Order: sequence, then C-alpha cells, then structure tokens
Amino acid sequence: MFAYKCIAEALFVFFIAVTFTGGYFAVRAKYIMHAVMGLAVSLLGIAGLYFHLGSPFLAMMQVLIYVGAVCIIIAFGIMVGPKPQADEEKRVLGKRNALLAGAACLLGFGLLTVTVVQATWVPATVKTGDMTVRFLGESLLNQFCLSFELISVILLTAIIGALIIANIGKEEAES
Amino acid sequence: MDISILPPELIRIVISAVIIIAFVFLNAMVLGYAERKLAGYIMRRPGPMEVGPQGILQLMIDGVKLIGKQLIVPKESGHALFRIAPLLAFIPVGLAFVVIPFSDKLQARDLDVGLVFMLAIMSVNVVAVLVAGWSSNNKYSLFGAIRSVAQNVAYEIPMLLSLLSVVLMANTLSLKGIVLAQHPVWYVVCQPLAFIIYFVAGLAETNRAPFDLPEAESELTAGFHTEYSGMSFSLFILAEYTNMFFVCSIAVVLFLGGWSGIPLPFYAYSGGIWFLLKVYALLFVMIWVRWTYPRVRFDQLLNFCWKYLIPFSLVNLMLTAILVKLWPVVF
Repeated sequence: MFAYKCIAEALFVFFIAVTFTGGYFAVRAKYIMHAVMGLAVSLLGIAGLYFHLGSPFLAMMQVLIYVGAVCIIIAFGIMVGPKPQADEEKRVLGKRNALLAGAACLLGFGLLTVTVVQATWVPATVKTGDMTVRFLGESLLNQFCLSFELISVILLTAIIGALIIANIGKEEAES
Repeated sequence: MDISILPPELIRIVISAVIIIAFVFLNAMVLGYAERKLAGYIMRRPGPMEVGPQGILQLMIDGVKLIGKQLIVPKESGHALFRIAPLLAFIPVGLAFVVIPFSDKLQARDLDVGLVFMLAIMSVNVVAVLVAGWSSNNKYSLFGAIRSVAQNVAYEIPMLLSLLSVVLMANTLSLKGIVLAQHPVWYVVCQPLAFIIYFVAGLAETNRAPFDLPEAESELTAGFHTEYSGMSFSLFILAEYTNMFFVCSIAVVLFLGGWSGIPLPFYAYSGGIWFLLKVYALLFVMIWVRWTYPRVRFDQLLNFCWKYLIPFSLVNLMLTAILVKLWPVVF
C-alpha cells in the first residue's frame, strides 16, 4: 500500500509541475501560438489534479471542453484575427503597465492565499467516491440550479454576441 | 531483480502498456494492408502482391522503411512544436484502451464515465492536428489543419447528440453498463437514425473519405502532415488508424451489442472474438466507403453537418427523451 501512496503523491506533484510549466510557457512565450499551447498544457495538468482528487467526470470535461474546444477556438481567433503590430505592443509593454500588472497579480494571489489559509476545511468523513454522474446531475438540478441556469444565460449572451459581430463583418463586406 | 517487491498494479500497468502499443501497431498493419488490398479490388487491380504471399508482408517492409528514414525538420518550422505534434497525436491513443470492454471480463477499468473518457481522449487529436499544421510553416499544412479543426468541431456536435440518445435509453455512461443494457435488443434496432448519424460523424471525425478534406491529396499535397517524414509521419498514420478503431468500437459498444453474440467453440474467448469481428466489419465499411465515394466540397461538408445532421440528431434526442419518459418499461 505504501508504494501506491508514493505513486499517488508523485503524480500529484507531477500534475502541479505540469500546470505550472504550462502557465509559465503561456506567459513567457515568444509566439502567441506557443502561449496557447502552454495554456492547453496547464489545463491538462488541472484535469490531472481533478482526476487525482477523485472526480474523473470533471477531469474528462476539462479535457473535452477546455483542451479540445476552448484552446482550439483561441487558436482560431489568433489565426483569423489581425496580425499584432510591433508598435502597438510597445505601447502595452510600458514600465507603468508592468508595475500595475504585477500589483494586480500579487493582490489576486494574496486574496486567494488569505482565503485558503483562513477557511476552515471540513475533511470528508468518509471518502465515498460519490462523484458519479447521477450525483452530479442531481446536485446540478437541485442544489445548484441557479448557477446552472446562469451559465446557460452566459452561453446565450455569447451566441448573440457572436451573431452581432458576424453581422457587422457582413455589412462591412457589403458596403 | 526480484520483481515481487514491486506493487502488482504497477506490473499490470507496464504489461498492459506493452500489449496496447503492440495492438496499436498490429491494428495499423492489418488496416493498412486491408485498405490497400480492398482499394485494389475495388479498382479491379490486385493491390500489393510482391512481398510474401498475396503481398501480406508489405506493411512490415513499409514499417522498416519508415523507421529507417531520416526525420526532416524544415528550417523555418517551429522546432519544438513540430516535434511534439506527432507525439501529441499518438500518446492519447493508448489511453482510450483503458475503458474499451473487449469482452465480459477483458476491460482494464470500468469507469462510470467511460464514454465521456473516450470522447475526451479523441478530442485531443484536434489539438495535435492544429499544432502540426501550424508549426510546419507551410500553407498546405495550415490549410489542412484549419479544415480539419473546423470539420472536427462541427461534427463533434451531432456525434455527441446521437450518443446521448443511446445514453438516455441505457441510463448509464459506463461502456460495460451500456452493453449489458441492450441485452435482448441491440440499440441499432431502436435507434437506427442515431447509428447512421454517429457513423457519418465518425467518418468525418477521423478525417476519412468522403470527408478527407484535411489531407485532400489532389489540392493540399498531404494536408497537415505534408512536412512530416519517417516515423513522425507514421505516428500520425498510427493515430489515425487507432482512432478509426475507437470510433468503430464505440459504435459496436453502443449500438451493436458489444461483445454479445452466439457462443463460439472457444467459449472463453467468444466475447472478445465477437467484439473484434464486429469492429472490423465496421472498419471494412469505412474502407469500402472511402474507395467508393468522391470527396465532398468544403461548403457541402459543413452544410451537411449544420443543416441536416444536427437538426436530425436533435429531433432524435427529443423523441427518445419523450418516449423514455412515457414508456419507461418498454425502453
């Protein structure tokens, strides 16, 4: 049993390392396409963490939606969108902006750390492995019904936004 | 070294990884040979004949040739991504074998979300194609990749919707549970429309003709793997053939009763034999379709998906939901 525990811990560390490495590449990449791939790797690492925490369904959804769809959409946006101009980038990369960005990151990190440290974590008394699809479905449609419906509103907004943008492009092409 | 000190689960993982990789290569060899031979017969020519009786050793020789070839990396390509892309296509392929129920007992893990697991694994393939096409720094590759991604994203919707109607009837996402749920009647009988939609979408997902626009050889040389040579090319081909195997095994598990069939003489193995027989029968249909139908145009491809497959699969899903609710005993 000890060996299994070691393997599980090693995998946990490995997934964290994958998440961090992906995040690092996403931020530091020279090409924006490399940044997207870094993001994909980071999200895969998070999927691994979900798996480690005993929720395979969430992990699968993470891979299916974030890696398989969201990253692809971002890559498409990059390929279809206008080419970034060098002088525009210079405007963004000023010293003041760097300071502001750093401060925002630190603030967010600090907030999260304070919450994590201060929260009283209730350890699960028995790990039932009850993250089955039935359980998830029931809790989504009973306990978390409001958030579930709100998410669908967000998706509706996104669809309408996409339609409007597509229509504007069409009008410009016609005129 | 005494291996008894190692945890048995670890030894099992290593052995099954070896078996899976061997199976991936064997499957690609069988399919590659079948494809060339069948293409030959459909075109009224003998196909490969030189190496071995009826050319049966042709694919082995091809494999040796591909291993021996130089890996050419274009000077202007994105080096790291260019080298990672074939691995990205190949590695997930092994994972999906974890949940395939080859027979009653021959299944590595019966995850209660087995179906979602397989679909998630297959969706990683899109990323590999995109990375390959982009990092080659070649317009043919990029066009192939863009086409492949547009097609995969579109066809994933009818695929999931048609599978969902089966899941509604079976009331489970575990592949083993779905096979057990269709004990008297296979779901292909109650869900013929879903089966057809799934199979068409599966053809498009694996970039097979008549939906092989990503590698349309007459316009894009070879699509997203134009710049790849040697083993990095063959990793893509291995991934493609294994993905075909997955698409067909999902079809068999969800619609054709999985491993169930009349008991064969070797009783203990009859489940596995039936499963593989059904899968390879569907693969035969895939190859047959490829060499019979001409390639569609890109607008036809997307129109067909958005205007026919998605509405039909939605209607099918709604009908199934209503019927399951009204007569829960029958379904």
